[in-house]
Amino acid sequence: MSWIAIGSIDDIPARGARCVVTPQGRIAVFRTAEDGFFAIDDHCPHKNGPLAQGIVHGNAVTCPLHGWVISLETGEAQGADDGAVRTYALKVEDGRLYISSDAIARRAA
Amino acid sequence: MTEKLVVIGAGMASGRMLEQLFEAAPGRFDVTLFGAEPRGNYNRIMLSPVLAGEKTYEAIVTHDGAWYDSHGVTCRFGETVTRIDRAARVVHSAGGTTPYDRLVIATGSAPFIIPVAGRDLPGVMAFRDYDDVQAMVAAAARPEARAVVIGGGLLGLEAAAALRLRGMDVVVLHLMGHLMERQLDPAAGYLLQRDLERRGIRIHCKAQTKAILGEGRAEAVLLEDGTIYPADIVVMAVGIRPEVRIATDARLQVERGIVVDDRMQTSDPAILAIGECVEHRNVCYGLVAPLYDMARVAARTLVGEEAAFRPVETATQLKVTGVSLYSAGDFADAPDREEIVLRDAGAGIYKRLVLKDNRILGAVLYGETADGGWFFDLLRKGADVSAMRDTLIFGQGCQGGAPLDPTAAVAALADDAEICGCNGVCKGKITGAIVARGLTTLDEVRAHTKASASCGSCTGLVEQLMTLTLGDRYNPAAVQPICGCTPLGHDDVRRLIKARRLKTIPAVMQELEWKTSCGCAKCRPALNYYLVCDWPDEYADDYQSRFVNERLHANIQKDGTYSVVPRMWGGVTNARELRAIADVVDHFQIPTVKVTGGQRIDMLGVRKEDLPAVWAALGEAGFISGHAYAKGLRTVKTCVGTDWCRFGTQDSTGFGIRIEKFMWGSWTPAKLKLGVSGCPRNCAEATCKDIGVICVDSGYEIHFAGAAGLDIKGTEVLTLVHTEDEALEHIVALTQMYREQARYLERIYKWAKRVGVDEIRRQIVGDADRRRAYFDRFVFSQRFAQVDPWSERVSGKDKHEFRPMAAIGFPVAAE
Repeated sequence: MSWIAIGSIDDIPARGARCVVTPQGRIAVFRTAEDGFFAIDDHCPHKNGPLAQGIVHGNAVTCPLHGWVISLETGEAQGADDGAVRTYALKVEDGRLYISSDAIARRAA
Repeated sequence: MTEKLVVIGAGMASGRMLEQLFEAAPGRFDVTLFGAEPRGNYNRIMLSPVLAGEKTYEAIVTHDGAWYDSHGVTCRFGETVTRIDRAARVVHSAGGTTPYDRLVIATGSAPFIIPVAGRDLPGVMAFRDYDDVQAMVAAAARPEARAVVIGGGLLGLEAAAALRLRGMDVVVLHLMGHLMERQLDPAAGYLLQRDLERRGIRIHCKAQTKAILGEGRAEAVLLEDGTIYPADIVVMAVGIRPEVRIATDARLQVERGIVVDDRMQTSDPAILAIGECVEHRNVCYGLVAPLYDMARVAARTLVGEEAAFRPVETATQLKVTGVSLYSAGDFADAPDREEIVLRDAGAGIYKRLVLKDNRILGAVLYGETADGGWFFDLLRKGADVSAMRDTLIFGQGCQGGAPLDPTAAVAALADDAEICGCNGVCKGKITGAIVARGLTTLDEVRAHTKASASCGSCTGLVEQLMTLTLGDRYNPAAVQPICGCTPLGHDDVRRLIKARRLKTIPAVMQELEWKTSCGCAKCRPALNYYLVCDWPDEYADDYQSRFVNERLHANIQKDGTYSVVPRMWGGVTNARELRAIADVVDHFQIPTVKVTGGQRIDMLGVRKEDLPAVWAALGEAGFISGHAYAKGLRTVKTCVGTDWCRFGTQDSTGFGIRIEKFMWGSWTPAKLKLGVSGCPRNCAEATCKDIGVICVDSGYEIHFAGAAGLDIKGTEVLTLVHTEDEALEHIVALTQMYREQARYLERIYKWAKRVGVDEIRRQIVGDADRRRAYFDRFVFSQRFAQVDPWSERVSGKDKHEFRPMAAIGFPVAAE
């Protein structure tokens, strides 16, 4: 697996997110209160809400449009809702963030 | 013919007696009630939770003016009886003489003030009534305020713990060698001291107070050993003495207390006495259960029934949240006594039973008190415990067979088993009331049976009875929690934030024991608002706990673009502003421009990346954010008023603009929309707004609590005032009251329905001091809130919000 540098961990506020733009669409990169880092598609499985704009709590994010809660670890909708978004591997090295090249290699159009 | 009954003292004992009297013989007595305190009757034993901020005063009122009214009682609150004329059968007071056929003295007790120099200085207080509580709360509000509590008994420690919770630096001075020596043995006293010290309360035992020092007010306490403790307040909680003066003057038989017989009759058969002021068989009482017993007996005596007061064993619990302590009976060492002790130092558990002839004489439990009631029951019955002696100390659960399901234990109780010791309510009465009256909440059971309505320590038992009787129909969580992260509701959280001076979201979650590590999307925005509202100068707004619209200062749309609404004061604009808007729309190719219901222009479909540039261009034309996205002041809609309209009575446009300029930037529990109409034709539709003004010839009619959304509701009238300044003060004060009291996302009409329109009028219209205080707090908060978020972001704040972190996978442009 190869890795692509996307920036520093300091670019993302704790309990916040930033986006990475790819030709196939946006990926949301999250940082949790405990400094966990996660990358998932920035489109809620419900109505495409921009998940990067949601409130981050624990290892989950609440979509700003209709309040679906998406697990950052699995990409799956929590509770009674049904649906999932793709997740991408991330790694942190010396305070730098790298995303798996899957993010641009195998994305469905 | 009705008999004239005069009652001196409006405390817990007399309240209970009247209740029982009206139940037994409605209409038989014409009652006049004198009370030294200028208010009705409240549950004095719950003053500690009020002081700690865990309960409100309103929640502990047992009989208010309306209750006395409805029973035809003539209340003379704040009026002291100066003399009883037994020969003429009248009492004298400031209001003249009042005749009686029967008289009940229930004057209670007075705090004992130790006779040291400085005891009269301002700042020295007792802990006896609600006035004392208010004085202590006021003192605790000052930063770094210090309290010295003299007395390490029940009352002193409850005061100390409560003041500590309110953020004061607290020292407890106690004359004896260990705390609560009347209820605890030294070992339990030590555990209690250690627990209190862990909470930051300093304890000084064997402390002999020599003097209270200070010039003009209390400043420090000096001990015999030379130690000096600085103090802003000194709370005397060393004990009480029966208040007997009026009886002594009337030459009734008085020893330590007013002497009564088993029927609560004094040496004059026309006069009864009950409560802390009496002495019965050489004993004075201070705990609530025997006082209520006296009230019951006195009521029976008054209606001519046989009844007798019998001394009973009482049990004690300390009302300090997080400290479990139970003591009952006699636990002094003596040669003919044996004891059983269980210690678990690690868990902080200590249990000691004192036995004589295989019967329990006393019990002290610390750290784990669940079996207190069971031990107490064995003690009162004088049960022979020899058969279970080996396992007795481990409690009821270890007496044969598997540990009992707690509900099963309650189910096994007989119908006449006492559940509520304070109020003498037995199981059968509770289950009977639940069935007969269809009660489903704890509050209803308290209201109808009085069970668990005093000290509350039997609440668990009562709830088990409700579960037993109602099954699934009983839902203990009657208070709607904020979210799954906490069992607490919004009101409790708001109260505790203030009382415990919690000033960050992590502090709230830590202190109030949140179940999740960092909350959720429901509680975090609510907490953030409460902290912004309560600590405007100290709290650092947590943007990660704000909904996207308030973080980006624009409204997110269904496609992830945003809408932008610049502030247009009072809905008034001009050619220059319109040109600037038109230029922005052209330049950023904004797809839709629309006029809103609040008289603003909305630009829809702006890409997030463009927001700072759009704001910069609007800012150059003088626009600031319109906060169309905020749980905060949105718009003040106006009509043209006296400027143009032939019917206008006041300058509604100018006043609307003035209000908007005063209030913009403020955060509120939910959105706040205002309207000002220049005449009752109401073209600004002010009567369905959160707050509205209808101008009339004589001034300004202020409306509030309207709705024209999910619900439709006309406004309520707050009041009519004559000047614009007065109108502004009322509107701002009302807004601040709403800001401080409502639950997050609760619109003003829902809040008003909950707290009552009359209560709001009482505070905002009826109480000028309070109105002014609300107004001042709003003004203070605005010093920190009136910052234009758009220009801040144009200047570079939160840049990261508006740009992607990286772009990857795009072909590199050819060089």
